[in-house]
Amino acid sequence: MEWILEPWPWYFSGPLIAGIMFLLLFSGKEFGVSTNLRTICTMCGADKKAGFFKFDWRAQRWNLLVLAGAMIGGFLGISFLSNSTEVDINPATVSILKGYGFESAGETYLPIELFGAEAFQNPKVLAILLIGGLLIGFGSRYAGGCTSGHAISGLSNLQLPSLFAVIGFFIGGLAMVHFLFPFIF
Amino acid sequence: MKKHLLYLMIGIAFGIILFKSEAASWFRIFEMFQFQSFHMYGIIGSALILGILGIQLIKRKRLKSFSGEAIVFAPKKKSFTRYLIGGLIFGLGWALVGACPGPIFVLIGAGFFPVIIVLIGALLGTFLYGLFRKKLPH
Repeated sequence: MEWILEPWPWYFSGPLIAGIMFLLLFSGKEFGVSTNLRTICTMCGADKKAGFFKFDWRAQRWNLLVLAGAMIGGFLGISFLSNSTEVDINPATVSILKGYGFESAGETYLPIELFGAEAFQNPKVLAILLIGGLLIGFGSRYAGGCTSGHAISGLSNLQLPSLFAVIGFFIGGLAMVHFLFPFIF
Repeated sequence: MKKHLLYLMIGIAFGIILFKSEAASWFRIFEMFQFQSFHMYGIIGSALILGILGIQLIKRKRLKSFSGEAIVFAPKKKSFTRYLIGGLIFGLGWALVGACPGPIFVLIGAGFFPVIIVLIGALLGTFLYGLFRKKLPH
């Protein structure tokens, strides 16, 4: 059972993610995480500001439970199921990242330059995290879904709109990493 | 109550998988966009192949849900603009903070508290979309 504490290989993780989608389908639900962001907005009173948020959020309670579970899963994953949280990325990727000043590349789960405790005191890092979040929230609602809803659920159901969305995800991601990173980092 | 517990358990499994597969790692996302590892493509690709096969099976054999009801798939609304532009905006954010909505929650649970700032941003972004939705091309 020692292997369970190691990082899980793609051929184990990918099929398990498909399994999550099927468990939800057989429970009569559709897999999609970003819908929860709209639900939380409604719960915070956004329905008083825009019609988009006027819906019965109680019908989405099941999805909030999945979300709460995901948080618990993250806690269990790091606390009990990992003997190391180093991410063994390609050495070529490490050297690119060191060029951008990410000294923690290859040694931690997340770059401490962005997600360390000092992040809260660094205005540039705070701005990066906030703007990244804004783009994710705005973009996923505009596109009607995120990685789970489009790249997994939508494409699995051979939905052409999901293919357009996933192409968009990749154009955006490639543009960020290849054209905008040199200006940001 | 039993049903609530099922969703919570599904979520816990999902969170553990995202964490342990390193799909919630900023480094893996950067590496993917550099095309320097098969890891992320393997995760998404294998999930997708099984997903396509399974959904075809559900449709052809008309499989029923646990509670015995028909499994229905809501088709996505036909359009091009909203998916490509929305997707592009999402991709910019995904690559910048290295987390899509699922991992945002997984990482907060794992104790990476600066990710809370990403979550606040994502909620604000969702709210802004709701405010300006009617003015955007869809």
